[in-house]
Amino acid sequence: MIGHRGRSARAVDRRGVLAGAAGTALAIALRPAAAATALPRTETTESAIRRFAGDNPIRPGRVTLDLPPLVENGNTVPLSVSVESAMTPEDHVRRIGVFNEKNPQPNVITIHLRPGAGHAQVATRIRLADTQRITAIAEMSDGTYWSASADAIVTLAACLEG
Amino acid sequence: MALIGLLLSHTLAGAEPIPQAERRSGFDQMSPEIQAMQRDDGANPGMLAVADGEDLWTKAPPSGGPACAGCHGVASSTMRGVAARYPAWDARTDKPIDLQGRVNVCRREHQGAEPLAYESPDLLALTAFVAAQSRGLPMAPPDDARLDPARAEGRALFEARQGQLGLSCAVCHDDHWGRRLGAAVIPQGQPTGYPLYRLEWQSVGSLQRRLRNCLSGMRAEPFTYGAPEYLALELYLATRAAPLPLESPAVRP
Amino acid sequence: MARTLINVPKTAKPGDTITIKTLISHPMETGFRPGTDGRILPRSIVTEFICRFEDEEIFRAELFPASAANPYLTFTWVATRSGRFSFTWRGDGGFDQTESATITVA
Repeated sequence: MIGHRGRSARAVDRRGVLAGAAGTALAIALRPAAAATALPRTETTESAIRRFAGDNPIRPGRVTLDLPPLVENGNTVPLSVSVESAMTPEDHVRRIGVFNEKNPQPNVITIHLRPGAGHAQVATRIRLADTQRITAIAEMSDGTYWSASADAIVTLAACLEG
Repeated sequence: MALIGLLLSHTLAGAEPIPQAERRSGFDQMSPEIQAMQRDDGANPGMLAVADGEDLWTKAPPSGGPACAGCHGVASSTMRGVAARYPAWDARTDKPIDLQGRVNVCRREHQGAEPLAYESPDLLALTAFVAAQSRGLPMAPPDDARLDPARAEGRALFEARQGQLGLSCAVCHDDHWGRRLGAAVIPQGQPTGYPLYRLEWQSVGSLQRRLRNCLSGMRAEPFTYGAPEYLALELYLATRAAPLPLESPAVRP
Repeated sequence: MARTLINVPKTAKPGDTITIKTLISHPMETGFRPGTDGRILPRSIVTEFICRFEDEEIFRAELFPASAANPYLTFTWVATRSGRFSFTWRGDGGFDQTESATITVA
């Protein structure tokens, strides 16, 4: 239900996936010390989304989520979200919640918007601990919830700082 | 893994410097998103360091000596093109000197202040501010014969196989740039953007910091900051990059 | 004081949708990362960003460790009158900083 792909043209092809996997192996080979330690997650993604949207249905659509399909460095990943809305007092986006699948904590950012913004359009930069799916959910002034998701493959560069 | 095999089996005699017409900044190989981050001063996190450097430029040191601006005036005119001509020859010490070194000489001799440590935020900020005044100008290291021995040493270091993987800088960055090492495209290793904001570092850093990363990637022992080997490499790299335009503060993955 | 870069157009026509960009220097230490001694470094992040126009809140963000270092945010607003935007970042360890920028709408 919330796993809808909001991004159409930027599907990651098979070659990209293979390159990503090979990159991980090589980067480890070239790294003096691999420091990745998996920590238990503070909360499930589903639970974080339910705290945001309650038991309301979340429908795919109205939200566009953009992030690079192939991430050059997971420390800083440009992300932008826009929602179809006139942003008038009668019809506007109240909140946008962004959620990850594999970081230690499922929340990425929560945005509160006001009528008069012109557009429901925000950009920021996020961290991705691993290749994963990101989901953005918009809460509208009429109480409906809409969503989009996008996949990002995190690669590692060669010769990282040891 | 196949490429590693290729790199290892490559003959020593193969390394040839990249002809001027084929020189490319690593900028060209980045994703459009990261390119946009560098292009927009309101989005480029390296500009935070440049703004810090601008404050330091005009602030007098506690010693009571003059501020940088006290002697050099308005950086946008007096510092325009300066970073493009470094490393340069320092007649007082009879050695090559890079921009960081020059800032510290100024502090000691003209400001009565302590030199700033390598990679300290203040030294990075000041060098980023000075380098940013030369954005868009071609790299133009001095054609000074006194620099030639260090330049030659830099080239020899660049082309020498070292470290446990038996790699040299040249094997990747002269012979195989544009090809992939795993997921990453191998850049030419042009030093046009330093100090730059590296997403991996989540901060601004110097060319010497990047060279240390390269060396540890090759499983070689990095030199200590400020070592003459880095000066020699910086000098050769500047010559090898000319006439590519300066980009500091660049953004790199 | 953390360095900030705030990008607001100096002037706009009534009804223009303007884009506001903000950057602040902050390490955004996640609280999930071990330091050199192997112990987890304590969390130190910006947890909240608020933009106000003439004391009315127009945009707010709740931030988490998944925000990149040196948080960057852009959003839009319709310019209707001249006035002052204020930008407040709050976070762990009592972090609290406010900056402002003015716009002339004519």
